[in-house]
Amino acid sequence: MAKPAAKKAAKSAPTAKSLDNLSFWGWRRENGRVGVRNHVLILPLDDLSNSACEAVANNIKGTLAIPHAYGRLQFGADLDLHFRTLIGTGSNPNVAAVVVIGIEDGWTDRVVQGIAKTGKPVVGFGIEGHGDIATIAKASYKAKEFVQWASELQREQCSIDELWVSTKCGESDTTTGLGSCPTVGNMYDKLIPKGVTGVFGETSEITGGEHIARERAISKEIGEKWYKVWNAYQQEVIEANKVDDLSESQPTKGNIAGGLSSIEEKALGNLEKIGRECRYIDVLGPAEEPQKGNGLYYMDTSSAAAECVTLMAAGGWVVHTFPTGQGNVIGNPIVPVIKISANPKTLRTMGEHIDVDVTGILRREQTLDMAGDALIDMIIRTANGRLTAAEALGHREFSLTKLYRSA
Amino acid sequence: MSNIPQFLVHSPKDNVGVVVVEDLKAGTDMLGVITETDTTIRVTAKQDIPIGHKVALTELKEGDTVIKYGADVGRMVGSAKTGEHVHIHNHRTKRW
Repeated sequence: MAKPAAKKAAKSAPTAKSLDNLSFWGWRRENGRVGVRNHVLILPLDDLSNSACEAVANNIKGTLAIPHAYGRLQFGADLDLHFRTLIGTGSNPNVAAVVVIGIEDGWTDRVVQGIAKTGKPVVGFGIEGHGDIATIAKASYKAKEFVQWASELQREQCSIDELWVSTKCGESDTTTGLGSCPTVGNMYDKLIPKGVTGVFGETSEITGGEHIARERAISKEIGEKWYKVWNAYQQEVIEANKVDDLSESQPTKGNIAGGLSSIEEKALGNLEKIGRECRYIDVLGPAEEPQKGNGLYYMDTSSAAAECVTLMAAGGWVVHTFPTGQGNVIGNPIVPVIKISANPKTLRTMGEHIDVDVTGILRREQTLDMAGDALIDMIIRTANGRLTAAEALGHREFSLTKLYRSA
Repeated sequence: MSNIPQFLVHSPKDNVGVVVVEDLKAGTDMLGVITETDTTIRVTAKQDIPIGHKVALTELKEGDTVIKYGADVGRMVGSAKTGEHVHIHNHRTKRW
């Protein structure tokens, strides 16, 4: 996967010591956006098309099928979100080209047309009237053409303000609030002023810290927009469906094992990820692409790791920073997920999942400033081609968010 | 004696700290650091407390508000003496 240009870049990559003129090596796509991976996706429109997509990915090496559970009989806002997520995933600049396969031609073409707006190569195949075998054959010829074309695309040096870095934490414990989340916050405090585009989310998990989140908006108007989103989830989902105080769901069993014992405590640790200075400039719907230029955004997402990272990737983010305490193992098929942990037990028992060790913060041997620099260094190395722990271990969780039952 | 702390506290307003070492045993005279002010305090652990779990820095009674990050993180549903474990057996959310 590492190309000669990338290797050279990794050696000469600026470190966090020199925040000015930070750059990375990425693939500039047809629409101007820059990716840090060069995937050729075999994208199922629906659950029924997973088999054909996996067969194509098996036939053509270097391509990637991303099976999922949905796409049939959805309607309204739930259907809109399904299309937005699939089109956003295919449009992500970490993706060079896409083959879409669906059970029928109509909705398949809707995804193809959406991705085609980026200018990247994309083609669709409907299974009905042809069967799996003929569809797999046709799609495989096209996938082979795409992957050979993509393999010759070269990385180029890009300015740090072209990098989009998302964040969401998982299997949190009290060490995330002390160490790994404020490390991400320190990184954002340094890189957002340099033009990086960031995003945080996890609507339910801000409960107990909503006063802080509301005030960290760029304006009162955006703060109120955020509060409406947060409050809608409280009323329409939690109050409507809860059977208890959500203990063991939010916080999770893993959170509790790690020492967290209330949602308020978890929320305040979570919000350490947005640092001390950054202000978010807009509130996005799930999988929505930002429209206000560089800066920090809020996205309305679930706090479940794979769902959240899938939505942020569909919104266009290309590198993800993931603080974990107890050791969430999540990855994403198209976005490298960088794991940061401050928990020495987690480093000792499952260290193969962690990219940035910030346990020194708990021993008071590492300042947040040092930890933030170490994370920035890892972000640049990852952007330049270093495989994350999740990539090396084959984690490719692609989880669509479902708003309500299908028809 | 090492100057590596056994527990950390976010804010001087907090009434709980977080144990940050493994295998902490009852009776340990613990060094703590309040990270916001970089000041040290000492508390004797009255129970074995797992890494990541909270320790009471003052006497906490049922109904008291637990303060961490200088903010309200829920209520006591049991009691804890200084140096005792604060977790789901005596602490719960005020939400939901």
